[in-house]
Amino acid sequence: MSTIAVNRRSFLVASLAGGAALTFEAKLAFAAPGKAEPQMLGAFISIMPDNSVTILAKNPEIGQGVKTMLPMLIAEELDVAWSQVKIAQADDNYEKYGPQFAGGSMTTPLNWLPARQAGAGARAMLVAAAAQQWGVPAASLTTADGMVKHAASGRTITYAALAPIAAKVAAPDLEKVALKSPKNFKIVGKSKKGVDTAAIVKGDPLFGIDAQPAGMLYAALVKCPVLSGMLKSFDDSAVRKEKGVLAVVPITDGEVPAGKNNAVAIVGDSWWRVQKARSKLVVQWDTAAQEGFSTEGYAKQAKALLAAGPTSDLFKAGNADAALAKAAKVITADYDYPFLAHATLEPQNCTALWHNDGKLEFWAPTQDPGTARGDIAKVLGIDPASMTIHMTRIGGGFGRRLMSDFMILTACVAKAVPGRPVKLLFDRADDMKNDYYRPAGWHRMTAGIDDKGAIVALKDHFVTFGAGGKPLRAAEMRATEFPGPIIQDTHFGQSFIPTNLMTGWLRAPTANAVSFVFQGFLDEVAEAAGLDLPELMRRTLGAQRQLPPEPDDTPFDTGRARGVIDAVCKFASWTGKTSATPGKGRGFGFYFSHRGYFAEVVDLTVTDGAIKIDKVWVAGDIGSQIINPIGAEHQMQGAVIDGIAQALVWQPIEQKAGAVTNENFGDFPLIRIDMTPADVAITWVVTDNPPTGLGEPTLPPVIPAIGNAIKDATGKRLRSLPMSLA
Amino acid sequence: MAISLTVNRKARTVDVEPDKPLLWVLREDLGMPGTKFGCGAGLCGACTVILNGEAVRSCQTSLSDAAGKEIVTIEGVAALPVGAKVVEAWTDLDVPQCGYCQAGQIMSATAMLTANAKPTADEVTAGMAGNICRCATYLRIQKAIAQASKAISGASA
Repeated sequence: MSTIAVNRRSFLVASLAGGAALTFEAKLAFAAPGKAEPQMLGAFISIMPDNSVTILAKNPEIGQGVKTMLPMLIAEELDVAWSQVKIAQADDNYEKYGPQFAGGSMTTPLNWLPARQAGAGARAMLVAAAAQQWGVPAASLTTADGMVKHAASGRTITYAALAPIAAKVAAPDLEKVALKSPKNFKIVGKSKKGVDTAAIVKGDPLFGIDAQPAGMLYAALVKCPVLSGMLKSFDDSAVRKEKGVLAVVPITDGEVPAGKNNAVAIVGDSWWRVQKARSKLVVQWDTAAQEGFSTEGYAKQAKALLAAGPTSDLFKAGNADAALAKAAKVITADYDYPFLAHATLEPQNCTALWHNDGKLEFWAPTQDPGTARGDIAKVLGIDPASMTIHMTRIGGGFGRRLMSDFMILTACVAKAVPGRPVKLLFDRADDMKNDYYRPAGWHRMTAGIDDKGAIVALKDHFVTFGAGGKPLRAAEMRATEFPGPIIQDTHFGQSFIPTNLMTGWLRAPTANAVSFVFQGFLDEVAEAAGLDLPELMRRTLGAQRQLPPEPDDTPFDTGRARGVIDAVCKFASWTGKTSATPGKGRGFGFYFSHRGYFAEVVDLTVTDGAIKIDKVWVAGDIGSQIINPIGAEHQMQGAVIDGIAQALVWQPIEQKAGAVTNENFGDFPLIRIDMTPADVAITWVVTDNPPTGLGEPTLPPVIPAIGNAIKDATGKRLRSLPMSLA
Repeated sequence: MAISLTVNRKARTVDVEPDKPLLWVLREDLGMPGTKFGCGAGLCGACTVILNGEAVRSCQTSLSDAAGKEIVTIEGVAALPVGAKVVEAWTDLDVPQCGYCQAGQIMSATAMLTANAKPTADEVTAGMAGNICRCATYLRIQKAIAQASKAISGASA
């Protein structure tokens, strides 16, 4: 995900709307990259006649807590009590709300100021209305709990009562509207439970899979077992005789990208019936072009490419080979990691209705409705504006639902049954075999240190998946990967392997893999230098400064890195000494990604080759403010355990003759309660920087910290994910 | 042939194939989508319901197996004394993240605590190991079970 430069001008519109006493629509215009005209970003506030406030949550909720967090920012500046607030999910509407995706840990950095400005602007209009009504200066008025107060006369009035006047007040310039000082925050910084928690524990129908528009049909897919295979022919005569089957829909026009969505959908009155009817379909696929792809084949190619040397440069400074020749010690090691699936617990699904007038309506668990809208328009040749996308709660995202495939497929099915809503649902095997996988990768690392243990040269030959000399989606690494650019002689080179698999972003994309390689390897370098990893990091980071960023990214601040490293060492009482108890190990990892700085320490126990994580300590710096502490803690605990799963539990996505062989949680196991550490302890390093997100940056450091702790416990260095002593 | 079963203390009759899994009967025929589909193979626990007092995977339980039985789902679990305490603890500790697995977690926890009001930490691990939470809310699940256990034991003491 790239950073979107926010360059705003803003205005606010108030209106008296049906039902609500007063509706504020805050619109902030900002220039999106590559677009000449300003686009609209807004938040939607309604003051109800009973003085309750409905705030629309604009972004998709995937369990990361934004449906609670974004309205907190608005409510804070609007100056209402949290108990007055009702939250509703907005539909997808870029004109009204601006970007509405859940990805790249971008929600906080993109909305921290605009959401507050929207609330503050609405408050300013209500204050102006009270000033007008009472004939007093606005500066003599204060607000709290949805009331305006005039201290001198002791008068108070509710926001709802001010609605008729506020609707006619001139809107303030949101760029200039006064914001609260953080020390006066009453909602932000205080833990607020998830807005849907009470509904979830009652089993209310919140998720995409629960959508049930009247008259809904169901669809199941027969997809080509080999990804990117094409539909050659099919015979549906037996399928059509099955109970409940109403239609059979071949899908060959899924052109984003070409051919990827070839499938046959079976539509009927029950998903259980249509998925059962799939076995009666006779179908021929053309898979000749894909049958050569396999896990074994990739490994062979990687080995050959590593031996041959990189085919292109990613980053080059000085002369790494010459510096290595002069180094006091040279350390070299090969690291690798496999393809992974996202395995969201709610399988991919979507419900759509192709209205008889050609308009298309979705109930979609999507992380990126805006992109899906564009992709669907392209594939079906329809006007993007003819679509309505209702965003449902989402049973896990992790990046899988940034992709549009399941919505495109549903649109194709809906087109075949106009006038009837239809819900397309993948079964678990469909989901596992048609993912956009975290790509596998191989790294040959080489470092040289001088006689004082300082790194003087660094090389990485990165073998990844690509086409046309470029990495596939999420198969890249940063040219600025630490510590490359601050070592005088560095060479990051790369080589590419082709694949028929689709690749995609998995929570903390690239970071979840590259952290393992670099922080694992630097632990080896530290060992060779007679240091521990935190000390090697401190020496390498040097004085506080900002290192040049990747395009569209934020710079790496060495001082903030140092801050979390020192904090976690103190928090975990890190001594750098190996545990005296046999089988016990301790490891450290640091990583900077998604604008967040995280350092983590892992304690683990190895018993007869079985690895059990005992405790993880986390120190994080995501800026000046933790908006919702309870939500932040949940995200961080979850991310750490997710990292443990990737390090130790998840098995590789395997491919034979072009087809993914994994089917379900038997051969792609997820982490369970028995592998959960007893504690994930969290500490914050609060710095004077704008708040950023933490759905992702907490995850990467725990993976190398586990590897480094296994080395500490057993003397064995594991350089392949998942790590296993068996 | 119509098949009768009791769901959340209400007599229900459905006229669908007897081999249809209870999960899909609940979701499609009885309009109760709180019970979730995760894997269809009894591996993830998202579809857990309580059948005659026992936690079962509704994706692996056919309608004919459920015929005449007492079924409790997430929509009715709070009507059970233990279920009410479990739901209360889940809410207090704000256990859910995405929330998709939580119906199954709550049903498993309720069945476990009904059979054993004071499980040890190992018993909690064993009792809940069949339920996957992809968001990894496990630390709070453990805490919520401990809180519910205390509330139940306290109430009966």
